[in-house]
Amino acid sequence: MIEVEDVYFTYPNGVEALKGISLKIKNGEFVAIMGQNGAGKTTLVKHFNGLLKPTKGKVLVDGVETTKVSVATLARKVGFVFQNPDTQLFSETVEDEVAFALKNFGFKENVIKKRVSWALNLLGLTQYRKTSPFMLSGGERKRVALASVLAWNPKILILDEPTIGQDYQQKEKLRQFILQLKAQRKTIIIVTHDVEFVAECNPRVILMREGKIVADGKAREILTTPEILNQASIVPPQIAQIFLQLSDLSFPKNVIDIYEAREILLKTVREGKLK
Amino acid sequence: MAIIQTENLTYTYPSATKPSIRDISIKIEKGEFVLITGPSGCGKTTLCRCFNGLIPHFYQGELKGKITVVGLNVLEHPTYELAKHVGLVFQNPENQLFALSVEKDVAFGLENLGVPKEEMWKRVNWALNLTGIYDLRERAPHELSGGQQQRVAIASVLAMQPEVLVLDEPTSFLDPLTAKKIFEVIYELNRKLGITVVLVEHRLDLTAHYTNHIIIMNEGKVVLDGDPREILGSEEARLIGVGIPKATRLYQILKKDNIKLGNKIPLSSEEMAALLREAIKA
Repeated sequence: MIEVEDVYFTYPNGVEALKGISLKIKNGEFVAIMGQNGAGKTTLVKHFNGLLKPTKGKVLVDGVETTKVSVATLARKVGFVFQNPDTQLFSETVEDEVAFALKNFGFKENVIKKRVSWALNLLGLTQYRKTSPFMLSGGERKRVALASVLAWNPKILILDEPTIGQDYQQKEKLRQFILQLKAQRKTIIIVTHDVEFVAECNPRVILMREGKIVADGKAREILTTPEILNQASIVPPQIAQIFLQLSDLSFPKNVIDIYEAREILLKTVREGKLK
Repeated sequence: MAIIQTENLTYTYPSATKPSIRDISIKIEKGEFVLITGPSGCGKTTLCRCFNGLIPHFYQGELKGKITVVGLNVLEHPTYELAKHVGLVFQNPENQLFALSVEKDVAFGLENLGVPKEEMWKRVNWALNLTGIYDLRERAPHELSGGQQQRVAIASVLAMQPEVLVLDEPTSFLDPLTAKKIFEVIYELNRKLGITVVLVEHRLDLTAHYTNHIIIMNEGKVVLDGDPREILGSEEARLIGVGIPKATRLYQILKKDNIKLGNKIPLSSEEMAALLREAIKA
């Protein structure tokens, strides 16, 4: 469990990035943190693995304050995949990259081998085993970064903008994959701008603006309320936009799923209003 | 004559075992808004690097076939010459920013072209305002967020007012509302100034309705090339794994359910909502 209690954070250059954040994320929850550029989303999640410590207030991971443990200890529990994969990749081959943290955590050689193969296979990277990460495309490098964190099986996984540069099929795989992790009771926190991805995943959504939380609730409620979204520089997903534009025709307003949209329209047909 | 034309273009990076793009033959007309999409690793970025001569002049490797851009044979003209006509915004903005302040970065290209001071600052300020970063003009680019850097990169290229604007996932770090504003600026430049736009994007929900020509690539080849409505409404595009806009997808699903909403395949929520409204009224 992650508990954030009235956290403020000011960067050394004087920018106040978090202004009184309080929230709780339970074990096994799937949360999307959304909001405009510079709203403090990345700053907030960097507090969850102790990379940043609050200027004021407290962050507790499983009841322990992040100021009381080292980042290395926390990392075993909280895996963090950065927005830009280049900030975390450095090894000569994809295989070495994925094995690196496992070696550091002191896993045995045969376990490392198994886990590396497992993670590479899971993310469709087996063919690049011996390739330098820097020879890969942006989207592929992103998956290497994800594989290297998944390999040590952290309990809490933070993904900063995981869908950037990913094509539709990879996003679909990522979604399946998150659902799998969720079924294993992992906590998953994503920071994202990708409204369509969030609409498909339907997680809990936390909306931020200028260092504060402006909304916290179910995706289908938040993503269909334009007044709130506008404050956070988010545009409703396309299905929601269609139904919002038709709200005068007594359709429900809170629709984000395409198959739910289909059901509603088929019902309209049955009622004889649409042919 | 087409502003960009390739014939059997095939390119292999140095030390790569197989070509990244194969037998590409495309024609882009002046004033078009072209969207290039396809699974990641399909060669979209590689193709864009040919448009201003970064391939083959900078990346070297082996380029076969023909390519002309604004009437110039890319093989015979260096990048600095092509860059006068073709502005390229990279996927990762850090790769193209280097100056000590945002405004110097935006002014750099114009300075190099020898644009007179007064005109230069006019255009720099115009580009900074268009992209909403005028307030950041004295900040150092490397201190900015990914989204802000992306806007600096776009401003630097817009300031040059090139004939062809090539943008490789230019707004991936931006929040949706800011991304939308940037796309609208680009669309306006395309319509009002006739600048040819070549946009590489995965997020078609945000961009499909701006285009009048779509090219879909897969495994280094062009597999679909033509009218956006026809292509995005086709089964092939979906099977390749292109992220069809949800409005287009809903139209397709309803069509299978025998609900007919007219023949104009929608590319945006506005178009789909209008079709539904029409059908319900009738």
